Amino acid sequence: MGDSSEENAAGRSTIIDLLIKTFPDSASVVQERINWPAVRVKLAVLPEVARFLRESPDLAFDYLTCVSGIDLKDRSPRFDLVYHLVSLQHKHVLVLKVGVGEDEEVPSLVSVWKGADWHEREAYDLLGISFSGHPDLRRILLPDEWKGHPLRKDYVLAEEDKFAGD
Amino acid sequence: MGVIENRFGPNIIVTTVDKAINWARKCSLWPLGFGLACCAIEMISTGASRYDLARFGMEVFRASPRQADLMIIAGTVTKKIAPRLRLLYEQMPEKKYVVAMGGCAIAGGPFYDSYSVVKRVDLIVPVDVYIPGCAPRPEALLHGLLKLREKIDRETIARKGN
Repeated sequence: MGDSSEENAAGRSTIIDLLIKTFPDSASVVQERINWPAVRVKLAVLPEVARFLRESPDLAFDYLTCVSGIDLKDRSPRFDLVYHLVSLQHKHVLVLKVGVGEDEEVPSLVSVWKGADWHEREAYDLLGISFSGHPDLRRILLPDEWKGHPLRKDYVLAEEDKFAGD
Repeated sequence: MGVIENRFGPNIIVTTVDKAINWARKCSLWPLGFGLACCAIEMISTGASRYDLARFGMEVFRASPRQADLMIIAGTVTKKIAPRLRLLYEQMPEKKYVVAMGGCAIAGGPFYDSYSVVKRVDLIVPVDVYIPGCAPRPEALLHGLLKLREKIDRETIARKGN
């Protein structure tokens, strides 16, 4: 998908430039060795950025493929949320990264991309990141009565789950 | 002499109750259509024409536990499915048999230290035959089911075989 960006309405670097021009104080380029262009934005402007990406005609990111949560343990803010976006119309892609503190609430993007619903529930279920404005924020994979969030680095395995063989 | 003389000769077989019941039971096991993970694909394949579970009278996978007497636990048992699995087992009529298929059902498999997987399915339901493998090939499942038939053959009406 990376090579097809030449014929797009907005090319690889143009997308990032456009974002940084529109949100000069809140967006920055992520220098990482990944194939997708990546931008880090501040949590406060996330809904505006999302709406801008979806609605501006040259970008038209109409498909949110994935919302991933990362627990970085010692970093502040502790969590990263990674949004992988695709424009089916223009055939270009973008990665959106947001840092989230342990006590912070993330504005839900369900109103922008409906597909965010279950992804956000998964991030809540496994990492304990809470989303404000989500229509139905409850566990999606684990049983409802589960205690804790098992993909957090400090999650302690239940005694019966530890492997006795080592 | 007498009315019955020479009339029933070809129709009477002398056997024990045990033998008759065991023969009927082992030749007509009704498995529950219940697949949990990739092992289910092998189980389905065993039921299809190539491996032909019908040879042993087990090809009719039932969609309701009330019509089944064999539960093949084909796959990973998570903590979330465990209560449902127990419920399905309890809904099956006696006598019922359980086959644990694959590494996950026997000992957690690759998820042996996972937070979400039940470590052994025999913590939830009593297991008659364990079939190791990841996933066991249809031949292995057939072998396990033939072992189950041997086990049923050893039963008496007084108690369940072992």
